[in-house]
Amino acid sequence: MIRLRDLTVGTRVGLTLVGLTVVIAVLAPWLAPYDPIATDADNALAGSSWSHWLGTDQYGRDVLSRTIEGGRFALLVSLVATTAAVVVGTLIGAIAAYYGRWVDAATTRVLDAVLAVPAVLALLLIVSVFGNSLWVLVLAISVVYVPAVARVVRGATRPVLSTGYVTAARARGERSLPIIRREVLPNILDTILVEFAMRASWVVLLVSTLSFLGFGVNPPTPDWGLMIQENRTALTVAPAGTLAPIVTLSLLVVGLNLAADGLGKYLGVDRARRGVI
Amino acid sequence: MLRLIGTRLATSVITLFLAAFFVFFAVQALPGDVAEQLLGQNATEEAVATMREQLGLDANVWVRFAEWLGGAVTGDFGTSLVSGESVSGTLWTAFSHTLLIAVPAIVVGIGLSLVLGVWAGSRRGTSTDSGISIIALVAMSIPEFVVATVLILLLAIIAPIFPAVVLGGPGASLSELLPAIVLPAITLVIAMAAYIIRAMRSSTIDGLATEYATTAELKGLTRRRVLWRHVAPSAILPVLPVISINVAWLLGGVVVVESVFNYPGLGKLMIDSVSTRDLPILQAIAVLSALVYVSVNLIADLLALAADPRQRTLHSSQRRSRSSKEATA
Repeated sequence: MIRLRDLTVGTRVGLTLVGLTVVIAVLAPWLAPYDPIATDADNALAGSSWSHWLGTDQYGRDVLSRTIEGGRFALLVSLVATTAAVVVGTLIGAIAAYYGRWVDAATTRVLDAVLAVPAVLALLLIVSVFGNSLWVLVLAISVVYVPAVARVVRGATRPVLSTGYVTAARARGERSLPIIRREVLPNILDTILVEFAMRASWVVLLVSTLSFLGFGVNPPTPDWGLMIQENRTALTVAPAGTLAPIVTLSLLVVGLNLAADGLGKYLGVDRARRGVI
Repeated sequence: MLRLIGTRLATSVITLFLAAFFVFFAVQALPGDVAEQLLGQNATEEAVATMREQLGLDANVWVRFAEWLGGAVTGDFGTSLVSGESVSGTLWTAFSHTLLIAVPAIVVGIGLSLVLGVWAGSRRGTSTDSGISIIALVAMSIPEFVVATVLILLLAIIAPIFPAVVLGGPGASLSELLPAIVLPAITLVIAMAAYIIRAMRSSTIDGLATEYATTAELKGLTRRRVLWRHVAPSAILPVLPVISINVAWLLGGVVVVESVFNYPGLGKLMIDSVSTRDLPILQAIAVLSALVYVSVNLIADLLALAADPRQRTLHSSQRRSRSSKEATA
């Protein structure tokens, strides 16, 4: 098991940042000083003051409250979508590697073809047709990331298959699925964990990008990506409205990346070598 | 060797065909067909039926796929549902605009990040290394639209050196576009550099730990010569796939950057076509992006084959992974 004492400083900083963001997002309704969607036309684009620490946006909504609540949707979508993508991708990758031959060849070709189609195009099209409800977003994002996860897991499974304990399990006459579940999966768990942490950081970026482009959450809802889009026209007048969500979003992703790097180093999975896919 | 290249070419063609297949049938599966799109919600049943007949939507879906594919191979993607112009014309204009920001970004980005990566790797553990690594980590954590927004604030509003957005639409001339390519290109460089820097750093560290690097050092070469002449060239090999993925991403999906700068390239065309549901254009963009993805990966693989004789034999991958594991330990 992972012991906190063995982790590097960077990893601990990363985990703290992520933990803090999650706690704030969960407790947001109690922490936010104002209703994040209550407008106040007389008080629009105000600077920072004792009543509004970070000022207000163009509709007079409190920026601090919106920033505190702004991570909830992105975090929820990211958590569910990353889990779905990693679970499905792991199954596909492990099964393709286990059965080998034509199953493997066919799966690889199909995954490659899906990867060749730009993710953003698929996402935007799915969202524009089926709406932007939570489950549509989760489904769309998982579809985009499943092939990449499957490819990584397939690569990690292949060396495990030639080990003695898998051969022994086969010789005992165990069936394929129990072998995958009991022998293969525990031994590629490190790769899967690092994969999860890495994907999570990209999914957070992707969700906020979708919101920024107007394909994510619906406008009155507070969301970091959407806030940056809404407030950046007033960047010179009330900079806090844009800078606050930028800082919180970046801190979360920096935290996720630090955690993924540290986890990878701890578990012996070199992450930097791999790039985006 | 020739057989290896042949197999690699064949798989690329199959991948491309499969991608086109998915794109076509995914679009077919969308609710509401092109005839209903064109006529709007108030159209009568007969009008929709007539329109379907005119567009040839009555034909069997496989026949239409074959026809569409046949057209796509010769570069004919039909006509846009919105503007009525030929899709390939619109597509090439947008693609050439995207190349205008992507090619400088790719050249500068790859060059800069390779050098920074080697530099950080050769000074592992020093403050130079930590500095570069932290900057790379932050750069990959900040979304592109934030980088673009900050660049606009710094270099277009506070110090008005470059235009913040492109005002001319798709018909903008080259002289209008040239001053506007700088900020989008810088954004792309920042977005892609981080991954290449990290991969190159890690690969350089491996390279410095090899026996040939020790040999070169022991025969009295300067550290600089060992690094740049002996280690760096072969350390680029494992980074090639990272570079190719970044380049493919850059050419296929510069959606965010182009949308922030209102730059009339492929990504902007994609967003506009999604909002108007211009399906023929979206299909064409998807196929073009798939073509770019497949070609860039093919080129990277062929370069690796040309540069590394070990990859030309079947068991190379095992041997390579073992040696790199020893090096990281």
